[in-house]
Amino acid sequence: MGSTVVEITRTRGDETEVIGRAAYEHPLVVRICHLVNAVSLFVMVGSGLQIFRAFPSFGAKIPQKDLLNWPKSLAIGGWLGGALQWHLTFMWIYIATGVVYLAYQIFSGNYRQVLFTRRDLPGIWPMVRHYFFFGPKPEAREAYNPLQKHAYTTVIVLGVLSVLTGIAIWKPVQFSWLAWLMGGFHWARLLHFGIMWLMLAFVFGHLVMVVIHGWNNFVSMLTGWKKDPEY
Amino acid sequence: MEPEKRNPDPQVTQRPESGTKSEAKQGTVGVEQSSARPETANMAKTDERKLARVSRRELLKLAPVVVLGAFAIPKWQESLLKKGLEFSDWASARMFRRGHAAPTFSDSEVVPFEKFPINDYDVDDPGVDLENWKLSVSGSVKKPGEYRLAQIQSLQRVRQNTRHVCVEGWDVIGRFGGARLSDFLAMIGADTSSGFVTVACSDDYYESLDMATALHPQTLLCYEMYDRPLTREHGAPLRLNIPTKIGYKQAKYLTELKVTNVLEKVGYWEDQGYSGFYGV
Repeated sequence: MGSTVVEITRTRGDETEVIGRAAYEHPLVVRICHLVNAVSLFVMVGSGLQIFRAFPSFGAKIPQKDLLNWPKSLAIGGWLGGALQWHLTFMWIYIATGVVYLAYQIFSGNYRQVLFTRRDLPGIWPMVRHYFFFGPKPEAREAYNPLQKHAYTTVIVLGVLSVLTGIAIWKPVQFSWLAWLMGGFHWARLLHFGIMWLMLAFVFGHLVMVVIHGWNNFVSMLTGWKKDPEY
Repeated sequence: MEPEKRNPDPQVTQRPESGTKSEAKQGTVGVEQSSARPETANMAKTDERKLARVSRRELLKLAPVVVLGAFAIPKWQESLLKKGLEFSDWASARMFRRGHAAPTFSDSEVVPFEKFPINDYDVDDPGVDLENWKLSVSGSVKKPGEYRLAQIQSLQRVRQNTRHVCVEGWDVIGRFGGARLSDFLAMIGADTSSGFVTVACSDDYYESLDMATALHPQTLLCYEMYDRPLTREHGAPLRLNIPTKIGYKQAKYLTELKVTNVLEKVGYWEDQGYSGFYGV
Protein backbone atom coordinates (compact mmCIF):
# COMPACT_ATOMS: atom_id res chain seq x y z
CA MET A 1 0.00 0.00 0.00
CA GLY A 2 1.66 3.17 -1.08
CA SER A 3 0.80 6.72 -0.25
CA THR A 4 -2.15 8.41 -1.89
CA VAL A 5 -0.85 10.99 -4.36
CA VAL A 6 -3.02 13.88 -5.52
CA GLU A 7 -2.54 16.86 -7.76
CA ILE A 8 -2.90 20.26 -6.20
CA THR A 9 -4.92 22.73 -8.20
CA ARG A 10 -5.28 26.48 -8.01
CA THR A 11 -8.30 28.31 -9.36
CA ARG A 12 -8.08 31.95 -10.35
CA GLY A 13 -11.36 33.10 -11.79
CA ASP A 14 -12.18 30.65 -14.54
CA GLU A 15 -8.73 29.14 -14.71
CA THR A 16 -7.74 26.08 -12.82
CA GLU A 17 -4.22 24.79 -13.12
CA VAL A 18 -2.26 22.05 -11.48
CA ILE A 19 0.41 23.68 -9.39
CA GLY A 20 1.95 20.64 -7.79
CA ARG A 21 1.36 17.31 -6.18
CA ALA A 22 1.07 16.02 -2.68
CA ALA A 23 1.26 12.60 -1.12
CA TYR A 24 -0.45 11.45 2.07
CA GLU A 25 2.39 9.54 3.61
CA HIS A 26 1.81 9.22 7.32
CA PRO A 27 -1.46 8.14 8.94
CA LEU A 28 -2.50 9.83 12.15
CA VAL A 29 -1.60 6.88 14.37
CA VAL A 30 1.92 6.85 12.98
CA ARG A 31 2.32 10.58 13.53
CA ILE A 32 1.04 10.48 17.08
CA CYS A 33 3.22 7.50 17.97
CA HIS A 34 6.19 9.29 16.44
CA LEU A 35 5.66 12.41 18.50
CA VAL A 36 4.94 10.61 21.76
CA ASN A 37 7.90 8.34 21.20
CA ALA A 38 10.22 11.26 20.53
CA VAL A 39 9.33 12.61 23.95
CA SER A 40 9.44 9.23 25.71
CA LEU A 41 12.75 8.24 24.19
CA PHE A 42 14.24 11.55 25.23
CA VAL A 43 13.12 10.93 28.81
CA MET A 44 14.20 7.28 28.80
CA VAL A 45 17.70 8.10 27.56
CA GLY A 46 18.09 11.09 29.87
CA SER A 47 16.88 9.28 32.96
CA GLY A 48 18.72 6.13 31.94
CA LEU A 49 21.98 8.04 31.87
CA GLN A 50 21.29 9.39 35.35
CA ILE A 51 20.65 5.84 36.55
CA PHE A 52 23.89 4.79 34.89
CA ARG A 53 25.73 7.48 36.82
CA ALA A 54 24.90 5.64 40.04
CA PHE A 55 27.19 2.80 38.97
CA PRO A 56 28.91 3.79 35.73
CA SER A 57 30.72 0.50 35.37
CA PHE A 58 30.18 -2.93 33.93
CA GLY A 59 32.77 -4.54 36.12
CA ALA A 60 32.96 -5.49 39.77
CA LYS A 61 31.77 -3.31 42.61
CA ILE A 62 34.95 -4.01 44.53
CA PRO A 63 37.18 -2.71 43.11
CA GLN A 64 35.02 -0.27 41.14
CA LYS A 65 36.42 1.03 37.86
CA ASP A 66 34.14 3.55 36.19
CA LEU A 67 33.73 3.26 32.46
CA LEU A 68 32.53 6.77 31.69
CA ASN A 69 31.71 9.81 33.73
CA TRP A 70 28.48 11.08 32.19
CA PRO A 71 27.65 14.65 33.29
CA LYS A 72 24.61 15.21 35.47
CA SER A 73 23.70 18.23 33.39
CA LEU A 74 23.07 15.95 30.40
CA ALA A 75 20.82 13.62 32.34
CA ILE A 76 17.28 13.75 33.66
CA GLY A 77 16.19 13.27 37.24
CA GLY A 78 18.90 14.91 39.30
CA TRP A 79 19.60 11.86 41.40
CA LEU A 80 19.06 8.09 41.23
CA GLY A 81 15.67 8.23 42.96
CA GLY A 82 14.41 10.96 40.64
CA ALA A 83 15.80 9.26 37.55
CA LEU A 84 14.09 6.01 38.44
CA GLN A 85 10.77 7.80 38.82
CA TRP A 86 11.09 9.18 35.29
CA HIS A 87 12.36 5.92 33.89
CA LEU A 88 9.77 3.67 35.55
CA THR A 89 6.95 6.05 34.62
CA PHE A 90 7.83 6.74 31.00
CA MET A 91 8.71 3.14 30.25
CA TRP A 92 5.00 2.39 30.20
CA ILE A 93 4.31 5.20 27.75
CA TYR A 94 7.25 4.07 25.63
CA ILE A 95 6.08 0.46 25.58
CA ALA A 96 2.44 1.35 24.94
CA THR A 97 3.42 3.59 22.02
CA GLY A 98 5.55 0.83 20.56
CA VAL A 99 2.76 -1.71 20.85
CA VAL A 100 0.20 0.64 19.30
CA TYR A 101 2.57 1.53 16.46
CA LEU A 102 3.47 -2.08 15.67
CA ALA A 103 -0.13 -3.26 15.90
CA TYR A 104 -1.29 -0.45 13.64
CA GLN A 105 1.43 -0.99 11.07
CA ILE A 106 0.71 -4.70 10.89
CA PHE A 107 -3.07 -4.61 10.88
CA SER A 108 -3.40 -1.71 8.46
CA GLY A 109 -0.80 -3.08 6.10
CA ASN A 110 0.97 0.25 6.30
CA TYR A 111 4.15 -1.54 7.36
CA ARG A 112 4.85 -2.27 3.70
CA GLN A 113 5.83 1.33 3.22
CA VAL A 114 8.67 1.15 5.68
CA LEU A 115 9.63 -2.47 6.31
CA PHE A 116 13.04 -3.39 4.92
CA THR A 117 12.88 -6.59 2.88
CA ARG A 118 15.30 -8.57 0.71
CA ARG A 119 14.02 -6.68 -2.32
CA ASP A 120 15.54 -3.53 -0.88
CA LEU A 121 19.06 -4.94 -0.58
CA PRO A 122 20.29 -3.91 -4.06
CA GLY A 123 19.16 -0.37 -3.42
CA ILE A 124 21.30 0.10 -0.32
CA TRP A 125 24.67 0.71 -1.92
CA PRO A 126 23.44 3.32 -4.47
CA MET A 127 21.86 5.27 -1.59
CA VAL A 128 24.99 5.04 0.55
CA ARG A 129 27.09 6.13 -2.41
CA HIS A 130 24.79 9.10 -2.99
CA TYR A 131 24.73 10.26 0.63
CA PHE A 132 28.35 9.72 1.56
CA PHE A 133 30.39 9.42 -1.62
CA PHE A 134 28.86 11.98 -3.97
CA GLY A 135 27.20 9.32 -6.10
CA PRO A 136 24.23 10.10 -8.34
CA LYS A 137 20.82 10.40 -6.75
CA PRO A 138 18.85 7.22 -7.31
CA GLU A 139 15.35 7.68 -8.64
CA ALA A 140 12.77 7.93 -5.90
CA ARG A 141 10.06 5.37 -6.47
CA GLU A 142 8.40 5.11 -3.10
CA ALA A 143 7.96 7.12 0.05
CA TYR A 144 11.00 5.48 1.66
CA ASN A 145 14.21 4.54 -0.12
CA PRO A 146 16.00 1.29 0.77
CA LEU A 147 18.46 2.93 3.14
CA GLN A 148 15.64 4.64 4.99
CA LYS A 149 13.75 1.37 5.22
CA HIS A 150 16.84 -0.23 6.65
CA ALA A 151 17.24 2.48 9.25
CA TYR A 152 13.61 2.62 10.25
CA THR A 153 13.29 -1.14 10.46
CA THR A 154 16.49 -1.50 12.47
CA VAL A 155 15.49 1.14 14.96
CA ILE A 156 12.23 -0.67 15.67
CA VAL A 157 14.20 -3.83 16.38
CA LEU A 158 16.46 -1.79 18.66
CA GLY A 159 13.41 -0.38 20.39
CA VAL A 160 12.06 -3.83 21.11
CA LEU A 161 15.47 -4.95 22.35
CA SER A 162 15.75 -1.90 24.57
CA VAL A 163 12.53 -2.97 26.27
CA LEU A 164 13.49 -6.63 26.57
CA THR A 165 16.92 -5.88 28.00
CA GLY A 166 15.36 -3.32 30.32
CA ILE A 167 12.87 -5.84 31.65
CA ALA A 168 15.67 -8.36 32.16
CA ILE A 169 17.62 -5.96 34.35
CA TRP A 170 14.54 -4.57 36.09
CA LYS A 171 13.32 -8.02 37.05
CA PRO A 172 16.12 -10.56 36.71
CA VAL A 173 14.24 -12.93 39.03
CA GLN A 174 10.70 -12.78 37.66
CA PHE A 175 12.09 -12.76 34.10
CA SER A 176 15.08 -14.96 34.79
CA TRP A 177 14.54 -16.81 31.51
CA LEU A 178 14.81 -13.52 29.61
CA ALA A 179 18.00 -12.59 31.43
CA TRP A 180 19.33 -16.06 30.72
CA LEU A 181 18.63 -15.62 26.97
CA MET A 182 20.82 -12.55 27.04
CA GLY A 183 23.69 -14.26 28.76
CA GLY A 184 22.78 -13.23 32.28
CA PHE A 185 22.19 -10.08 34.29
CA HIS A 186 25.53 -8.42 33.47
CA TRP A 187 25.16 -9.00 29.75
CA ALA A 188 21.58 -7.74 29.81
CA ARG A 189 22.78 -4.53 31.50
CA LEU A 190 25.59 -4.05 29.01
CA LEU A 191 23.29 -4.76 26.06
CA HIS A 192 20.74 -2.29 27.40
CA PHE A 193 23.45 0.36 27.51
CA GLY A 194 24.87 -0.50 24.09
CA ILE A 195 21.47 -0.54 22.43
CA MET A 196 20.82 2.92 23.80
CA TRP A 197 23.95 4.19 22.06
CA LEU A 198 22.89 2.57 18.79
CA MET A 199 19.52 4.25 19.08
CA LEU A 200 21.22 7.58 19.75
CA ALA A 201 23.32 7.08 16.63
CA PHE A 202 20.09 6.52 14.71
CA VAL A 203 18.51 9.65 16.20
CA PHE A 204 21.52 11.73 15.20
CA GLY A 205 21.48 10.46 11.62
CA HIS A 206 17.73 10.81 11.47
CA LEU A 207 17.79 14.45 12.58
CA VAL A 208 20.53 15.28 10.09
CA MET A 209 18.46 13.74 7.30
CA VAL A 210 15.33 15.56 8.41
CA VAL A 211 17.17 18.87 8.20
CA ILE A 212 18.73 18.05 4.83
CA HIS A 213 15.47 16.96 3.29
CA GLY A 214 13.78 20.21 3.95
CA TRP A 215 10.56 21.71 5.18
CA ASN A 216 8.02 19.81 3.08
CA ASN A 217 9.44 16.53 4.23
CA PHE A 218 9.49 17.63 7.84
CA VAL A 219 5.90 18.82 7.71
CA SER A 220 4.75 15.47 6.33
CA MET A 221 5.34 13.86 9.74
CA LEU A 222 3.10 16.51 11.29
CA THR A 223 0.21 16.77 8.84
CA GLY A 224 0.67 13.50 7.01
CA TRP A 225 0.90 15.32 3.65
CA LYS A 226 4.13 15.83 1.73
CA LYS A 227 4.10 18.47 -0.95
CA ASP A 228 5.99 17.76 -4.16
CA PRO A 229 7.13 14.24 -3.37
CA GLU A 230 9.94 12.97 -5.53
CA TYR A 231 8.02 9.89 -6.55
CA MET B 1 -6.05 4.32 -1.05
CA GLU B 2 -4.77 4.53 -4.58
CA PRO B 3 -1.51 2.83 -5.32
CA GLU B 4 1.20 5.38 -5.84
CA LYS B 5 1.96 6.28 -9.44
CA ARG B 6 5.39 6.24 -10.99
CA ASN B 7 6.56 9.54 -12.30
CA PRO B 8 8.84 9.00 -15.26
CA ASP B 9 9.54 12.57 -16.23
CA PRO B 10 9.01 15.16 -13.54
CA GLN B 11 10.22 17.97 -15.80
CA VAL B 12 7.39 17.78 -18.33
CA THR B 13 4.67 20.29 -17.65
CA GLN B 14 3.08 21.03 -21.03
CA ARG B 15 -0.60 20.28 -21.47
CA PRO B 16 -1.52 17.97 -24.33
CA GLU B 17 -4.74 19.66 -25.56
CA SER B 18 -4.90 23.26 -24.50
CA GLY B 19 -1.96 25.15 -25.92
CA THR B 20 -2.20 28.70 -24.66
CA LYS B 21 -3.59 30.48 -21.76
CA SER B 22 -6.04 32.38 -23.94
CA GLU B 23 -7.78 29.18 -24.90
CA ALA B 24 -8.22 28.44 -21.21
CA LYS B 25 -9.58 31.92 -20.63
CA GLN B 26 -12.21 31.31 -23.24
CA GLY B 27 -13.78 28.84 -21.00
CA THR B 28 -11.84 25.72 -21.65
CA VAL B 29 -11.21 24.88 -18.14
CA GLY B 30 -8.35 22.43 -18.22
CA VAL B 31 -9.58 20.70 -15.09
CA GLU B 32 -9.98 17.35 -16.71
CA GLN B 33 -6.56 17.51 -18.29
CA SER B 34 -3.60 17.00 -16.09
CA SER B 35 -0.02 17.57 -17.09
CA ALA B 36 1.49 15.32 -19.75
CA ARG B 37 1.98 12.37 -17.44
CA PRO B 38 -0.31 9.74 -18.85
CA GLU B 39 -0.11 7.61 -15.74
CA THR B 40 -1.40 10.43 -13.62
CA ALA B 41 -4.25 11.35 -15.94
CA ASN B 42 -6.78 10.02 -13.49
CA MET B 43 -5.09 11.23 -10.33
CA ALA B 44 -7.34 12.84 -7.79
CA LYS B 45 -7.19 16.59 -7.62
CA THR B 46 -7.42 18.79 -4.61
CA ASP B 47 -7.63 22.53 -4.48
CA GLU B 48 -4.70 24.10 -2.64
CA ARG B 49 -6.95 25.74 -0.11
CA LYS B 50 -8.63 22.46 0.66
CA LEU B 51 -5.25 20.86 1.09
CA ALA B 52 -4.28 23.64 3.44
CA ARG B 53 -7.45 23.08 5.47
CA VAL B 54 -6.94 19.36 5.56
CA SER B 55 -3.32 19.82 6.58
CA ARG B 56 -4.27 22.16 9.39
CA ARG B 57 -6.88 19.73 10.63
CA GLU B 58 -4.44 16.88 10.53
CA LEU B 59 -1.98 18.98 12.52
CA LEU B 60 -4.63 19.77 15.10
CA LYS B 61 -5.31 16.07 15.50
CA LEU B 62 -1.89 15.85 17.11
CA ALA B 63 -3.02 18.18 19.89
CA PRO B 64 -3.74 15.45 22.46
CA VAL B 65 0.01 14.80 22.68
CA VAL B 66 0.30 18.14 24.44
CA VAL B 67 -1.00 16.31 27.51
CA LEU B 68 2.50 14.90 27.99
CA GLY B 69 3.61 18.43 28.65
CA ALA B 70 2.04 18.13 32.10
CA PHE B 71 5.23 16.36 33.15
CA ALA B 72 7.14 19.54 32.46
CA ILE B 73 5.01 21.66 34.76
CA PRO B 74 6.68 21.86 38.18
CA LYS B 75 3.37 22.01 40.00
CA TRP B 76 2.26 18.63 38.63
CA GLN B 77 5.55 16.89 37.99
CA GLU B 78 6.05 15.41 41.44
CA SER B 79 2.60 13.96 41.77
CA LEU B 80 2.60 12.63 38.19
CA LEU B 81 5.89 10.86 38.73
CA LYS B 82 4.66 9.53 42.05
CA LYS B 83 1.58 8.11 40.34
CA GLY B 84 3.78 6.65 37.61
CA LEU B 85 5.91 4.91 40.19
CA GLU B 86 2.81 3.64 41.97
CA PHE B 87 1.56 2.19 38.72
CA SER B 88 4.91 0.52 38.20
CA ASP B 89 4.71 -0.93 41.71
CA TRP B 90 1.19 -2.17 41.10
CA ALA B 91 2.35 -3.90 37.92
CA SER B 92 5.35 -5.32 39.76
CA ALA B 93 3.15 -6.82 42.44
CA ARG B 94 1.11 -8.47 39.65
CA MET B 95 4.32 -9.88 38.17
CA PHE B 96 5.49 -11.38 41.44
CA ARG B 97 5.08 -15.15 41.51
CA ARG B 98 4.93 -16.73 44.95
CA GLY B 99 6.28 -20.06 43.78
CA HIS B 100 9.03 -18.77 41.52
CA ALA B 101 12.48 -19.16 43.00
CA ALA B 102 15.24 -16.65 42.45
CA PRO B 103 18.22 -18.24 40.71
CA THR B 104 20.73 -19.84 43.05
CA PHE B 105 24.39 -20.32 42.33
CA SER B 106 27.21 -22.73 43.00
CA ASP B 107 29.79 -21.98 45.68
CA SER B 108 32.36 -21.16 43.00
CA GLU B 109 30.15 -18.36 41.68
CA VAL B 110 29.91 -16.62 45.03
CA VAL B 111 32.16 -13.55 45.41
CA PRO B 112 34.83 -13.73 48.09
CA PHE B 113 33.57 -12.31 51.38
CA GLU B 114 35.91 -9.29 51.15
CA LYS B 115 34.33 -8.37 47.85
CA PHE B 116 30.80 -8.27 49.22
CA PRO B 117 30.14 -4.53 49.51
CA ILE B 118 28.97 -2.90 52.70
CA ASN B 119 26.30 -0.33 52.04
CA ASP B 120 25.01 1.64 54.96
CA TYR B 121 22.97 4.75 55.34
CA ASP B 122 24.42 6.10 58.53
CA VAL B 123 27.32 4.08 59.95
CA ASP B 124 28.81 0.72 59.15
CA ASP B 125 28.50 -0.39 62.74
CA PRO B 126 25.76 1.13 64.89
CA GLY B 127 27.17 -0.54 67.98
CA VAL B 128 24.54 -3.17 68.54
CA ASP B 129 24.65 -4.81 71.98
CA LEU B 130 24.87 -8.35 70.68
CA GLU B 131 24.77 -9.90 74.18
CA ASN B 132 21.38 -8.47 75.02
CA TRP B 133 19.90 -8.28 71.58
CA LYS B 134 16.21 -9.09 71.14
CA LEU B 135 13.75 -8.81 68.30
CA SER B 136 10.60 -6.99 69.44
CA VAL B 137 7.59 -8.52 67.73
CA SER B 138 4.24 -6.79 67.60
CA GLY B 139 1.13 -6.30 65.50
CA SER B 140 -1.34 -8.92 64.25
CA VAL B 141 0.39 -11.86 65.90
CA LYS B 142 -0.71 -14.32 68.56
CA LYS B 143 2.63 -14.25 70.39
CA PRO B 144 4.00 -10.74 70.47
CA GLY B 145 6.98 -9.93 72.65
CA GLU B 146 10.72 -10.22 72.58
CA TYR B 147 12.52 -13.01 70.77
CA ARG B 148 16.13 -13.94 71.26
CA LEU B 149 18.44 -15.02 68.46
CA ALA B 150 18.53 -18.58 69.81
CA GLN B 151 14.79 -18.90 69.24
CA ILE B 152 15.18 -17.80 65.63
CA GLN B 153 18.11 -20.16 65.23
CA SER B 154 16.01 -23.04 66.54
CA LEU B 155 14.00 -22.87 63.32
CA GLN B 156 15.23 -24.84 60.33
CA ARG B 157 18.32 -23.18 58.87
CA VAL B 158 18.38 -22.46 55.15
CA ARG B 159 21.58 -21.55 53.33
CA GLN B 160 21.42 -20.07 49.86
CA ASN B 161 23.78 -18.58 47.27
CA THR B 162 21.76 -15.79 45.71
CA ARG B 163 22.28 -12.57 43.79
CA HIS B 164 22.06 -9.33 45.74
CA VAL B 165 21.05 -6.55 43.34
CA CYS B 166 21.65 -2.96 44.37
CA VAL B 167 19.43 -0.21 42.99
CA GLU B 168 22.62 1.54 41.92
CA GLY B 169 23.14 -1.13 39.27
CA TRP B 170 25.77 -3.39 40.73
CA ASP B 171 25.17 -6.86 42.05
CA VAL B 172 27.05 -9.57 43.87
CA ILE B 173 26.37 -13.21 44.51
CA GLY B 174 26.66 -13.97 48.19
CA ARG B 175 26.07 -16.82 50.57
CA PHE B 176 23.41 -16.30 53.20
CA GLY B 177 21.98 -18.42 55.97
CA GLY B 178 19.06 -18.09 58.33
CA ALA B 179 15.51 -19.05 59.14
CA ARG B 180 12.69 -18.68 56.67
CA LEU B 181 10.68 -15.62 57.55
CA SER B 182 7.57 -17.71 56.87
CA ASP B 183 8.65 -20.16 59.58
CA PHE B 184 9.20 -17.32 62.01
CA LEU B 185 5.81 -15.85 61.16
CA ALA B 186 4.31 -19.25 62.01
CA MET B 187 6.26 -19.32 65.26
CA ILE B 188 4.88 -15.97 66.34
CA GLY B 189 1.37 -16.85 65.21
CA ALA B 190 1.24 -14.11 62.61
CA ASP B 191 -1.97 -13.33 60.80
CA THR B 192 -0.71 -13.92 57.28
CA SER B 193 -3.79 -12.36 55.77
CA SER B 194 -2.33 -9.04 56.85
CA GLY B 195 -0.81 -6.91 54.16
CA PHE B 196 2.69 -6.28 55.42
CA VAL B 197 5.61 -7.15 57.61
CA THR B 198 7.54 -4.10 58.74
CA VAL B 199 10.94 -3.93 60.39
CA ALA B 200 12.93 -1.33 62.26
CA CYS B 201 16.68 -1.31 62.78
CA SER B 202 19.20 -0.10 65.33
CA ASP B 203 20.57 2.54 62.93
CA ASP B 204 17.08 4.05 62.48
CA TYR B 205 16.70 2.41 59.08
CA TYR B 206 13.29 0.86 58.50
CA GLU B 207 11.60 -1.22 55.81
CA SER B 208 8.41 -3.03 54.89
CA LEU B 209 7.55 -6.14 52.92
CA ASP B 210 4.37 -7.19 51.21
CA MET B 211 3.08 -10.38 52.81
CA ALA B 212 3.45 -12.43 49.61
CA THR B 213 7.17 -11.72 49.56
CA ALA B 214 7.45 -12.24 53.33
CA LEU B 215 6.06 -15.74 52.86
CA HIS B 216 8.31 -16.57 49.89
CA PRO B 217 10.52 -19.57 50.71
CA GLN B 218 13.73 -17.70 49.95
CA THR B 219 12.95 -14.75 52.23
CA LEU B 220 15.17 -15.25 55.26
CA LEU B 221 15.69 -13.83 58.70
CA CYS B 222 19.38 -14.02 57.98
CA TYR B 223 21.95 -14.42 60.78
CA GLU B 224 24.83 -15.90 58.76
CA MET B 225 26.92 -14.96 55.80
CA TYR B 226 29.41 -17.37 54.30
CA ASP B 227 28.48 -19.94 56.98
CA ARG B 228 29.63 -17.63 59.79
CA PRO B 229 27.57 -15.37 62.03
CA LEU B 230 26.94 -11.95 60.51
CA THR B 231 29.73 -9.50 61.10
CA ARG B 232 28.79 -6.13 62.55
CA GLU B 233 29.18 -4.32 59.23
CA HIS B 234 26.91 -6.77 57.50
CA GLY B 235 24.07 -6.29 59.97
CA ALA B 236 24.73 -8.42 63.06
CA PRO B 237 22.99 -10.16 64.59
CA LEU B 238 20.04 -10.30 62.19
CA ARG B 239 19.18 -8.91 58.76
CA LEU B 240 16.77 -9.66 55.97
CA ASN B 241 17.91 -11.61 52.94
CA ILE B 242 15.31 -11.37 50.16
CA PRO B 243 16.58 -12.54 46.75
CA THR B 244 13.27 -11.48 45.17
CA LYS B 245 13.74 -7.86 46.25
CA ILE B 246 16.15 -5.04 45.53
CA GLY B 247 19.03 -4.61 47.97
CA TYR B 248 17.66 -1.69 49.96
CA LYS B 249 14.73 -3.78 51.16
CA GLN B 250 17.10 -6.19 52.89
CA ALA B 251 17.45 -4.28 56.13
CA LYS B 252 20.30 -4.86 58.55
CA TYR B 253 20.59 -4.73 62.39
CA LEU B 254 16.92 -5.66 62.88
CA THR B 255 15.43 -4.72 66.22
CA GLU B 256 11.68 -4.75 65.63
CA LEU B 257 9.26 -6.73 63.50
CA LYS B 258 5.58 -6.00 63.08
CA VAL B 259 2.75 -7.64 61.18
CA THR B 260 0.27 -5.05 60.03
CA ASN B 261 -2.32 -3.99 57.50
CA VAL B 262 -1.48 -0.34 57.76
CA LEU B 263 1.70 1.20 56.40
CA GLU B 264 2.45 4.57 57.89
CA LYS B 265 5.92 4.60 56.49
CA VAL B 266 7.14 2.35 53.70
CA GLY B 267 10.90 2.39 54.04
CA TYR B 268 13.88 4.67 54.45
CA TRP B 269 14.54 5.02 50.73
CA GLU B 270 10.95 4.62 49.60
CA ASP B 271 9.81 7.57 51.66
CA GLN B 272 12.34 9.66 49.76
CA GLY B 273 10.90 8.65 46.41
CA TYR B 274 12.16 5.21 45.59
CA SER B 275 9.88 2.35 44.57
CA GLY B 276 7.89 0.80 47.41
CA PHE B 277 7.50 -2.69 46.01
CA TYR B 278 10.77 -3.05 44.07
CA GLY B 279 10.60 -6.75 43.48
CA VAL B 280 13.23 -8.07 41.13
